[in-house]
Amino acid sequence: MGKFFAIVLTVITLVSASIFAMHIWWMPVDISVHGPALDKQFGETLMGTGFGFLVAQLSLAYFLWKFADKGDGRKVREFPGGPKVTIITAVVLVGLEILALSFVGQKAWASVNLDPAPPNAMHIDVQAEQFAFYFRYAGPDGQFGAVHPEKISDGNGNYFGLDPENDIPARDDIVVGSLTIPVNQPILLTIHSKDVGHSFYVRELRIQQDFVPGIVIPVHFTATQTGKFEIVCTQLCGLGHYNMKAYLEVLPQDQFDQWLKAQAGQ
Amino acid sequence: MSESDITLKSGRADWLGGELPYAIPSKKLGMWLFIVSDSITFGAVLVCYAYLRLASPNWPTPFRLSSIVNGAIMTFVLLSSSVTMVAAVEAAKHGRIAASVRWLSATMLGGVVFDILHIREWLGLIHEGLRLYQNPWGSSLFGAAFFTLTGLHMTHVTVGVIYLGIVAIGFRRGKFTSDDVEISGLYWHFVDLVWMFVFPLVYLLSARMH
Amino acid sequence: MHDTSDQAAVHHHAPPKGFLWTHVFSLDHKVIGKQYYFLSLAAVVIGMVLSWIMRFHLAWAAAAIPGLQHLSQVGAPGGIITPEYYLSLLTLHGTLMVFFVLTTAPQAGFGNYFLPIQIGAEDMAFPRLNMLSFWVTFVGFVTLVSTLFISDGPPISGWTAYAPLSALGNDAGPGLGRGQILWVISIGIFCIGSLLGALNFIATTLDLRCKGMTLARMPYTVWAWFITAVLGLLAFAVLLPACVLLVLDHVGGTSFFIPGGLVLSDKLQPHSGGSTLLWQHMFWFFGHPEVYIAIIPGIGITSHILASTARKPLLGGSRVLVGCMVAIAFLSFTVWGHHMFISGMNPFSSLLFSVPTLIITIPASIISLNWIATVFGARLRFHTPGLFAIGFISVFVTGGLSGFFLAQPSLDIYLHATYFVVGHFHMVMGVAAIFGMFAGTYFWFPKMFGRMMNETMGKIHFWVTFIGVYCIFMPMHYIGLAGNVRRYSAFVDDYLIPLIPVHKFITIAAFVTGAAQLLFLFNLFWSMYRGKKAEENPWDSTTLEWTIPSPPPFDNFGGRHPIVYHDPYELGVEGAKGDYVMQDSPEKLAQS
Ligand code: HEM
Ligand SMILES: [Cu+2]
Ligand SMILES: [Cu+2]
Repeated sequence: MGKFFAIVLTVITLVSASIFAMHIWWMPVDISVHGPALDKQFGETLMGTGFGFLVAQLSLAYFLWKFADKGDGRKVREFPGGPKVTIITAVVLVGLEILALSFVGQKAWASVNLDPAPPNAMHIDVQAEQFAFYFRYAGPDGQFGAVHPEKISDGNGNYFGLDPENDIPARDDIVVGSLTIPVNQPILLTIHSKDVGHSFYVRELRIQQDFVPGIVIPVHFTATQTGKFEIVCTQLCGLGHYNMKAYLEVLPQDQFDQWLKAQAGQ
Repeated sequence: MSESDITLKSGRADWLGGELPYAIPSKKLGMWLFIVSDSITFGAVLVCYAYLRLASPNWPTPFRLSSIVNGAIMTFVLLSSSVTMVAAVEAAKHGRIAASVRWLSATMLGGVVFDILHIREWLGLIHEGLRLYQNPWGSSLFGAAFFTLTGLHMTHVTVGVIYLGIVAIGFRRGKFTSDDVEISGLYWHFVDLVWMFVFPLVYLLSARMH
Repeated sequence: MHDTSDQAAVHHHAPPKGFLWTHVFSLDHKVIGKQYYFLSLAAVVIGMVLSWIMRFHLAWAAAAIPGLQHLSQVGAPGGIITPEYYLSLLTLHGTLMVFFVLTTAPQAGFGNYFLPIQIGAEDMAFPRLNMLSFWVTFVGFVTLVSTLFISDGPPISGWTAYAPLSALGNDAGPGLGRGQILWVISIGIFCIGSLLGALNFIATTLDLRCKGMTLARMPYTVWAWFITAVLGLLAFAVLLPACVLLVLDHVGGTSFFIPGGLVLSDKLQPHSGGSTLLWQHMFWFFGHPEVYIAIIPGIGITSHILASTARKPLLGGSRVLVGCMVAIAFLSFTVWGHHMFISGMNPFSSLLFSVPTLIITIPASIISLNWIATVFGARLRFHTPGLFAIGFISVFVTGGLSGFFLAQPSLDIYLHATYFVVGHFHMVMGVAAIFGMFAGTYFWFPKMFGRMMNETMGKIHFWVTFIGVYCIFMPMHYIGLAGNVRRYSAFVDDYLIPLIPVHKFITIAAFVTGAAQLLFLFNLFWSMYRGKKAEENPWDSTTLEWTIPSPPPFDNFGGRHPIVYHDPYELGVEGAKGDYVMQDSPEKLAQS
C-alpha cells in the first residue's frame, strides 16, 4: 500500500507541476506597461512554490514508499536533527521567499495603485450597472458634466444622469458602450457604480478593480498594443453577472482621433 | 503504585489533581467567557458607529442639555445599582440571605428605573422626529446607530433585571448559592461598564454645542 | 483513591429514560456529538448534490437536468437552470458547506463526542447549554434550507453576501428579498449556536480535566478544539452584530451598508450614508478566522491519527504543533484585508495586510514539514483512517501553496475572482477539512458505534477520492490562471468558450468522485448494523477514548475516575506491551 501510495502521489505531483511548467493554460499576452512586472513576479512565485510543492510531495511519497510497517519489529526513528531542522528550514526558506516577494511585489503594486496617474493621462469616466458598462468622454470642452442620480434613466438613455438643459459641460459629453482608447497613451479611468458592486477586469491589461457603490475610484494604465479585448465583470452583481461585459478597443492614435471626432459630431 | 512517586519521562512533577488547575469554577468561567464575547459584539457595533460617523459629513449633534442631564441621571442610577450589587454579593458571601435578596431587589429597581428613564428619552426623541431610518437633523444613520446601540444596551439591562430576579428567588429558596449571586454580579457590572462607553460616545459626542 | 475534592468529574445527571430524552433532547455529549455529525452529513449531502447540479450546468449549460423542474418551476423550467437559479444554488452550496459542514462536524461533532472523553471527563461543563447549542444550530439549518422552497428561492448573493446586493431587497434581483432575510437570520442563529458551543468547549477544557491531565498531556485534538473554540468565541461575536445590522437594512429601513444615490430599475433608492466596505470588513474580520475554524480541528485530527498510523508522536510534539496553531490563530485576526485587495480599500492597507498573510504561512509550513518528517522513520500502518490522514497532508500542502500567490496584492489583481481562487480554497479548506472528517469518521466510528467500518470499501473510497479531488481542483487552478472568472453560471464570452472542455473534464471527475462518496455513505450505514464488532482499542492507540468500551457507557468511564500518568502519544515504545503505553497505564517506562 505504501508503494502504491508513493507512485500515485508522484504521478499526481509530476503531472500537476508539468502542466504549469508547460504553460498549457496561461495568462493571455500582456498589453500593459505595468504588466511585465506582475508577470515576472508571478513567475518567481511559481518557481518558489513549485520547488516547495515538488520537495514536499516527493519526499512524502518517498517516505511512504520506504517506511511501511513490515511487521519485522524495526524500531521507529526520529527525523535526523529533530524539529529544529524543520523549523529552521521553514523559517529561513519561507521567510526569504516572503522578503523577496514583498519587496518585488510592493513596487509592482505601487506602480498600479499608489503612484498617481501621469498628468497627461486621458480621463474617461466609467459607470457600471446591472448588467452593462458605460464609458463617458469629456467631449471637446474637456469637462465632464455633473452626475445627478435622480436623473438616471436607462429608459431614455441617460445612463449617467446628466442634465444638459442646465449644465453646459454635460452637453458635449460622449457616452458609449465600449471603451476605445489610443495606444501608448496613459489612461485614467474614474469608476463608479450605479447600483451594486461590480468589477472591472481586463485580463490582457492585468487590471482588476471593484466598482464600489458610493465611491469613485481612479484606475490608470497604458496599453502598449492595439487590438480588441474583453472587459468582464468579476464581482457578483446579480443574475446577469455571467454575461456582463464590454469591449476594450485599443487604436493607433490617428484612428482614435478620427473615432472621437465622429462620436463628437453625432 | 502510590500516586506521588510518578514522574513524567521528562522529569516534570506530575499534577495530581485535587485542586482544580484553574481555581475558577465552571459557571464563573462561563460568565467570564460570555463577557469576553459580548464585549467584542459591543465593540464591533461601536466600531461600526465610529466608521459610519467618520465617513458622514452631516452627522447631527442634536442632544440638548436636558438629554444630557437625563443621561447623567441614568448613569448615576446605573452606577448606584452596581454599588447595591456589590452589597448583595457581599451579603450573600456571609450567608445573610435576606439582606442579599434585599440588595438584589434594590439593584433590580435601579435597572427598572434606568429602563424607564431611557424609554422616556426615546419617546421624546421619537416625538421630535427621530426614526431608525431618518431624522430632521442630518445623516439618516444617526437614528440607526442610536437606536441600535442604546437598544442593544437596554436589552442587556432588561435581561439583567430578569436574571437577577431569578437568582434572587432561587437564592432565597436555597436553589442557588452565593456563587450564583456573585456570577450575576459579574454580568451586572459588565452591563454597567458598557454604558460607560455608550454614554460618552453616543450622547456626549452628539451634544449640541451652543 | 477517590478523594472528595475531585470536583473536576462531578457533574452527574442520571441516565435519561425514553426515546425523546435519550435521542432527541439528550444532555449526553456523545448523543449531541452524533446529532451534530448527522446534521453535517445531511448538509454535506445537500451541498454535494447542489455542486453536481452546478457542475453539470457549467459543462452543459443548455442541457436539461430531468426532474429539476420539480424543485423549482421558476428556477429550472423544463429542467434547464436559469442564471439566477445557478447563483441561488451557488449561495446555498457555499453557505451549507462552510457553516453547516466545515464549522459543524469537525468541531461540534467530533469535538463534542471526544473532547470530554479525551480529558477524562464525564460530560461537557454545561450539558444543558450543549443541547441548546445543537438545537439552535438545527433551527439555523432548517431556516437556510427552507429558502429552497420559498417562491423566489435562495438568495443569489453568494456565501459572502456582499452589500449592497444583499441589502437592497428584491429590486436588486431574485431571492434577495425574503430569501436573503432568511439567509441572514439563519447565519445569525448559527452564530449564537457556535458562540454557546465555543464557551462550553473552553470551560470544559480548562475545568474538567481528570487527574494528571496537565496541559502538556492533552492530545493534539483537544488542543485543536480548544484553540478553535477561542477563535469561534471571538469571530462569531463580530458576525452576529453584522447580521443584525444587515437585517435592519432590510426590515428597519436603515442604511448601514447602503450608500446614497443608488438607482435600481430607474428608481432612486431611499437610502443614504452607509458603507458597502463596512460589510466586507465585518464579514472578513469574521471570515478569515472562520477558515481556520474550519481547518484547525482537521489539523488536530490528522495529527492525532498520524501519530497512531506512524507509531510515533509528531515530530516536535505538542509543543511545536500547539505553538504553531496558536500563532496561526492569533495572526488570523490580522489578515482579513487580503480578501479585499481590489475592493477599493486604501491601496496602502493592501500592502499592510499582505505582510501578516505571508507570515502566517510560516507556522503552517512548520506544521506541514513536521508531518512529513514524522512519516520519516515511521512504521506506517495503512488503514483507511491513516490513508486519509496522509492524504490530508498532501492536499493541505497543495492548497496552501497557491495561497502564496493570492497573498500578494499585485498578483491578486489578476487572480482575484478567478477559478484559481476556487481551486485554492476548495483544496486547502474544503478538501483538506473533508479529509480530516473522513479520517476522523473511519478512526472513531468503532468507538462511536461499536462496530468497524468495512476496510475494502474504505480503501476504494480513499483512492477514488484522493485522485478525484486532484482531477477536480487542480484544473481549476489552470483555467483560473487562463482568466476564467468565477460565479459565472455559463461561459458565453469568446474568451471563455475554449475553456469549456476543461469544465467538462472537471464535471466528469466530480461525478466519479461523487460516486465514491455514495459508497462511503453506504459503508457508514451498513457498518452501523453489519460491521464487525469493535474491540476497545482497535488501532493500538494510547489516548483515553481507547481505554473504555466501544461504544462507551453513559458516563464514559463507568464510574471510574481515570488518572493520567503519561504523555498522549507514547507509541513505538520499546519494551512496552504491544509497542505503546496507554495514557492512564500506571506502568513506568523502562528508560525513563
Ligand atoms: C463535492 C465536491 C465539490 C464540488 C464539485 C464543488 C464545486 C463548486 C463549484 C462549481 C462552485 C462554484 C464556483 C463558482 O461558480 O464560482 C463552488 C463554490 C463554492 N464551494 Fe464548492 N464544491 C465542492 C465541495 C465544497 C466543499 C467541501 C466546500 C467547503 C469549503 C465548498 C465550498 C464552496 C464555497 C465556499 C464556494 C463559493 C460559493 C460562493 O461563491 O459564494 N465546496 N463549489
Ligand atoms: Cu457582475
Ligand atoms: Cu482569509
